[in-house]
Amino acid sequence: MQNPNFEYMRRLSADIRVETVKAISKAGAGHIGGAVSIADVLAVLYGGAMNIRPSDPDWEHRDWLVLSKGHAGPGLYAALALTGYFPMDWLDTVNKPGTRLPSHCDMKRTPGIDMTTGSLGQGLSAAVGIALGNRINGIESYVYCIVGDGEINEGQIWEAAQTASHNKIDNLILFVDWNKKQLDGKLEDVNDPIDIAGKFEAFGFEAQTVKGYDVEEIYSAIERAKKVKGKPSVIVLDTLKGLGICFAENAVTCHFMAVDEKMEKEAIDVIEKRYEQGAYPGGESRK
Amino acid sequence: MRIASNHDLETVEMRKAFVETLIQEGNKNSRIVTVNSDLCSSMGITDFVKIFPDRSFNVGIQESNGVGVSAGLSAAGMIPFFHTFAVFASRRVFDQAFVSCAYAGLNVKIVGGDPGVTATTNGGTHMSFEDIALMRAIPTARVIEFSDTTMVRKVVPQVVEHYGVDYMRLMRKCLHRIYDESSEIIVGKANVLREGTDVTIIACGLEVYEALTAAQQLEEEGISARVVDMFTIKPLDNECVIESAKKTGAIVTAENHNIINGLGSAVAEVLVENIPVPMERVGAQDEFGEVGPQNYLMERFNLTSKTIYEKAKRVISRK
Repeated sequence: MQNPNFEYMRRLSADIRVETVKAISKAGAGHIGGAVSIADVLAVLYGGAMNIRPSDPDWEHRDWLVLSKGHAGPGLYAALALTGYFPMDWLDTVNKPGTRLPSHCDMKRTPGIDMTTGSLGQGLSAAVGIALGNRINGIESYVYCIVGDGEINEGQIWEAAQTASHNKIDNLILFVDWNKKQLDGKLEDVNDPIDIAGKFEAFGFEAQTVKGYDVEEIYSAIERAKKVKGKPSVIVLDTLKGLGICFAENAVTCHFMAVDEKMEKEAIDVIEKRYEQGAYPGGESRK
Repeated sequence: MRIASNHDLETVEMRKAFVETLIQEGNKNSRIVTVNSDLCSSMGITDFVKIFPDRSFNVGIQESNGVGVSAGLSAAGMIPFFHTFAVFASRRVFDQAFVSCAYAGLNVKIVGGDPGVTATTNGGTHMSFEDIALMRAIPTARVIEFSDTTMVRKVVPQVVEHYGVDYMRLMRKCLHRIYDESSEIIVGKANVLREGTDVTIIACGLEVYEALTAAQQLEEEGISARVVDMFTIKPLDNECVIESAKKTGAIVTAENHNIINGLGSAVAEVLVENIPVPMERVGAQDEFGEVGPQNYLMERFNLTSKTIYEKAKRVISRK
């Protein structure tokens, strides 16, 4: 993209959080923490970084996104609805009987979902396969993949990383949602992943770590990653689980929470207040 | 379908017939790719890799990743064939085959080599008596076991044409010839190799030859055995099972697999829901495999024609 519209991306990230909390509130409960910690990277990707056609989700030359942490589906559904893949009122149906928006991403049900995920650890392998398939077909598009920081407990992630590196897949850009918590608690208390960027570097990736809630930093990191040739890139998104949703930020664990209308309203008020103040989604001043 | 004039041991290995067919299909269809996990030479895929290096990916000893990469290749429009030994092609990758391939609605072909006792000297860790059970539990997945090289050459092109997850059991080495080369073999349609009136033997894979041998022995005692090659274990040819029960009133199944949740279970399900008749199952009796030459293992797990013959006589006595 020639001229990134960071103001639009900031507004989009606020809208993704608003629509995600509304959808989960309508459903009564959901994977709120990890759905909103990726709101900013989704806003960058769908707000300009990706080459996509929302009216033609299966366009052969599109950029792809594999959301390997499939439980963050509602965050991605919000981004897809807000950018025109399907009507906004679909978001009211998340997890309802017969919905096209199940909690975990399902490519058979949802326009714009490029890969079915939900069993953690599998998406990066699929992203590698998509990139290899596109290479055979002479399609020069980017394949993006988002994995969770807990998800990289899974050994298959490292198998796929090795394969991406071995095959010199430089059109693969991986994001790690380093939000510091997995379901049972803090990463270091469950099974410490130690140095995430360093591990990917050891596996042959070009690694960057950026503020995971700063759309300009994320966008710049993608631009740098695109210039890397002969190896895949990883961008570690330094953020917090539940970031931007006040009740989730303050919870000890926020992987899956019951959300009612009062919590929804309070959360939206805080999102809008921080946005109007020009602060980061977590309330931190941009200065 | 035409049965071969003799059932001698073939001189062409199953894996050779497989790769020749895959190369022939690969020449016609540029979307065919192979994904391998450090068993190219064992599985006989090396010739495909040499001819189509840009359409072959060796992920090393990473079966789960290999199936996941295959899923991604399918999402990008390719037709991936993933090859490894049956134990790894089923139980090691079960969740990837289930979620990333079948549940995702993708088009991935999984080939499991050396099923059951054909793992021989690799022993119990490598002896898949459970791969049919696992793969047939995946909704929409088809399960096929080849019984000779003619079948390989007739069935692989149909696998290429079919969109979805197909699991193929492929013994790597030579099997006894079952079919004449002019045979038409259709996935999903059982082959009646021999008509009979007293009992039906329904077999798959290397047990087909054992079933034919047992039928010959039974004939010498005046017992008329129908023999069916149920090479498509899923979707099962229910009509053939029902017809066999009606015609002969007794069934013996024979498989190089645990009797639990394999061919015998699949046939039993059809019988009890439609036409209950006495039935016996030949196969591993809920046991682990063990190391040894194939002829020893055939005896050890009671997979020989002798056991089929004995079970046939027993099931007839239960009518």
